[in-house]
Amino acid sequence: MDEPNTDVIQGTLDLLILKTLSLEPMHGFGIARRVEQISRGVFKVNPGSLLTALQRLERAGWLDSEWRETENSRRAKFYTLTREGKKQLGVETADWTRRASAIARLLKAEV
Amino acid sequence: MSLWRQISHGLRVLIHPTDADNDLADEVQHYLDQATAESIARGLSPDDARQAARNELGNPVVLRDRVRSHGWEIVTGTLLSDLHYAFRQSRNNPGFSFTAILILALGIGASTAIFSAVNPILFKPLPYPHPERVTMLFEMKDGGSRLPSFGTFHGISERSGPFEAMAAFKAWQPAITGLDQPERLEGQRVGAEFFRALGIVPALGRDFQSPDDQHNGPNVVILSDRMWRRRFNSDPAIIGRKFTLEDSSSQLDVSNVFTVIGVMPRSFENVLAPKAELWAPLQYDRSLPLGGREWGHHLRMVGRLRPGVSRAQAASQLDAFLPTLGQHYAKGFDTAGGTPSGMIVDSMQNSVTQGVRPALLAILGAVILVLVIACVNVTNLLLARGAQRRGEFAMRAALGAQPGRLVRQLLTESLLLATIGGILGLAIAQVGVRALVALSPSELPRLADIRVDSAVFVFALVVTSAVGLLVGLMPALNASRSDPHSSLQQSSRTSAGRQQLVRRSLVVSEVGLALVLLVSAGLLLRTLNRLFAIDPGFDASHLLTMQVQETSNRYARDEARARFFEQALDNVHHLPGVTTAAFTSQLPLSDDYEVYGIEFEAYPHGEEAAFRYAVSPEYLQTMRVPLRRGRLLNENDRAGAPVAVLISESLARRKFHDQDPIGQRVRMGPDMGHADRPWAMIVGVVGDVKQLSLATSQPDAFYTTAPQWAWVDNVQSLVVRTRADAAALAPAARAAIWSVDKDQPIVRVATMENLVAMSEAQRRFALMLFEAFALVGLILAATGIYGVLSGSVTERTREIGVRSALGASRSSILALIVRQGMTLTGIGITIGLLGAFAASQALITLLFGVSRLDPVTYVGVIGLLLTVSAVACWLPAWRAAQVDPAITLRAE
Repeated sequence: MDEPNTDVIQGTLDLLILKTLSLEPMHGFGIARRVEQISRGVFKVNPGSLLTALQRLERAGWLDSEWRETENSRRAKFYTLTREGKKQLGVETADWTRRASAIARLLKAEV
Repeated sequence: MSLWRQISHGLRVLIHPTDADNDLADEVQHYLDQATAESIARGLSPDDARQAARNELGNPVVLRDRVRSHGWEIVTGTLLSDLHYAFRQSRNNPGFSFTAILILALGIGASTAIFSAVNPILFKPLPYPHPERVTMLFEMKDGGSRLPSFGTFHGISERSGPFEAMAAFKAWQPAITGLDQPERLEGQRVGAEFFRALGIVPALGRDFQSPDDQHNGPNVVILSDRMWRRRFNSDPAIIGRKFTLEDSSSQLDVSNVFTVIGVMPRSFENVLAPKAELWAPLQYDRSLPLGGREWGHHLRMVGRLRPGVSRAQAASQLDAFLPTLGQHYAKGFDTAGGTPSGMIVDSMQNSVTQGVRPALLAILGAVILVLVIACVNVTNLLLARGAQRRGEFAMRAALGAQPGRLVRQLLTESLLLATIGGILGLAIAQVGVRALVALSPSELPRLADIRVDSAVFVFALVVTSAVGLLVGLMPALNASRSDPHSSLQQSSRTSAGRQQLVRRSLVVSEVGLALVLLVSAGLLLRTLNRLFAIDPGFDASHLLTMQVQETSNRYARDEARARFFEQALDNVHHLPGVTTAAFTSQLPLSDDYEVYGIEFEAYPHGEEAAFRYAVSPEYLQTMRVPLRRGRLLNENDRAGAPVAVLISESLARRKFHDQDPIGQRVRMGPDMGHADRPWAMIVGVVGDVKQLSLATSQPDAFYTTAPQWAWVDNVQSLVVRTRADAAALAPAARAAIWSVDKDQPIVRVATMENLVAMSEAQRRFALMLFEAFALVGLILAATGIYGVLSGSVTERTREIGVRSALGASRSSILALIVRQGMTLTGIGITIGLLGAFAASQALITLLFGVSRLDPVTYVGVIGLLLTVSAVACWLPAWRAAQVDPAITLRAE
């Protein structure tokens, strides 16, 4: 079995959720699929981790949630980014960029 | 914001658990549906699509659990359900819960009560600013310590280098007279800096200043808050008010009208004299006249160290200065038993508590043992209960309960027991503290501070939760370790065996702890027996005593005062039922302590310090102090006649060895060192008397008649030998004295037997508590043995049935079980003995006349324990012997 690793990099799930929700309010399934889509299948989100993370982020005050009708007229729990959530997204993006570029530099230096 | 969200979301889940559950379930379902729909859209059959979605999500129930378990409310939720379950469990088994709670309540209650008594005395700092700087000073002489004289105080205070403030003080009991019956007040005569040494400022008015504390100075008084409220209705204009006090220590021609100059704050706690309600300046004569009270060793001395000065530094500074002082007042010190060789600077905390510290620590230790025994007992009960519930635990484990979850459930149950026990225990402690205060020896300092306060509450809380955890841990671990499979089959012999082993070792430790308590109680009991078997040197039966305080303004001249005492004695003499009666300047075993110097013509520079008794002639007959040589005092030893002295036999032996002391000449007290004063002659030798306590051997004493002593004491004790019950005569004797003068306060009315008993109040107090604790320990140990054996008999019913079917006689089965129980007791006793050896070391200061390894005590205690545990074994053994083999075997 030589499947490529599709686990979300540890500690980045929050960032992915916040980023995805910054585009538009979405329900859990939508978030999962959107992450997969945009990452072109590199990351597959585990539903358990996702729902847990959503609850945690909501408690932290970064997300709001409400039950709404979907386009195919079913009820679903939609999450929206709050103002604090936007701020947090900024913080985490900056943080991630800083670290990713550091790693990139390191790898370059190695080669 | 987010904290608020955390809490509100959590609360919402707690309050509407189903709403939250449904919400999450809907979300998960929606996810599932979406995933299925997506797969169908990709072309899978509906069944395959559903399966794929399932695979992605996993078990929805587990998923929901996982999401839910991230909130804080989940922990609280389980706790609540655990508690709910624990309540139901204890309701279902009221007998068990009641026993466990009662044992815990007793253990926690007793230890909390004792802690609340010990905490303020031993651990809480004194209620003064910078309490570590407050010290008490004593004179050192001949390797012992003694109370300072005013001469010493004055000499030191004139150059009080290391001290910020220092004061000498003594008890003072002025009387308010002119009422139906005179009321005596408790107070103190204090140096001007007394309150400054303590660091407390009056709430109203002013503090004493040095002009107040001059010989023949003004009659000023500072009141306690209590006195101010009680007698003066909190009069805001109290300062400057005058009132009359009959004061036995004031001098002739001095007015007895006192002016109030201050009121102490309500919070002021006087640990040196807790009952004192008013204070007046000491007003001793700074010119230090020879032969006056200024050279008597009856004052206490308090000093506040300057910041940064240690007690050792202060003591060495004083010691360096003492020789100079000794030269300066050589004559004065000669009359006062010599210049002190040094000064002891003790912390007030230590000085006030040292007398009771060993007893209190021992009691604290004992109560901790009781608490441990209680815990062991409840652990045992829980283990037994755990064995009964093995099926339940196995079922829960089989249904998927994690071991941690089971442990938490059991700990919750035991904590619930401990909490209920702790609440009851606090109630018991409330009652217990009151009983302790009522029963405690009067020398216990800071009694007013003994109560259930926040420190005590915290103590109870800590003890309760510690007990809950300790008690619950073992059964919980036991239950979680057991293998559900075998437990469900209900025949797991191995786990029962291990259980029994744990329970047995617990019983062994109970027996051991009980033995430690019993040995301690036994040693104290033997000590008291020894002490009360000691001959006090007089016959205490049928003796009534009371202290008469003649207030000197009326009888300031010695003759008048002497006449008052003579008339009073005469009146008492004529009461029906009185055999003899006498007055004495100090009474044995009543906290009187008065020592004067005595020099011997035959041994220049060989002066001694001895108890002085100035008595009416019949005193020695009344007390029945035996005459060893010569004659007793009599009516002819009156003022003007040659002074006749009796000395105690120890003093006679030490001083004169084999020579006959009769006819030898001495000078005493104020006459000492004065060549111009006539010699007094020793006319007799009498038996030694215990003055301070039964345990204290300080037998040097001399006796003269009151008229032949240098002055007439204004405080004297009356001793009356009666034909019948001594106590019954008290009202008549009091009336007889008051018929001479109704304004003379009479205090400290007690039979001599009572005084003897009270002189060992502290040991009796310790013994009483130890006896109670030991009894509790014994009962708990016995129930422990009983419980374990009953359990084991129940488990072995089948085996016993087989044995008797194979021909074992009833007596051999009886012996089997009893042997099992007694083995446990034997091991417990062996371990307990080691503990008792160690524990008795801590008791050593309380013991008297008994070795801490006293064989009688040890043998007696072992016998008692063996008997009690034999009784505890008997019942289960008897039940085992009744086992009918036919029935047991058929039951299989």
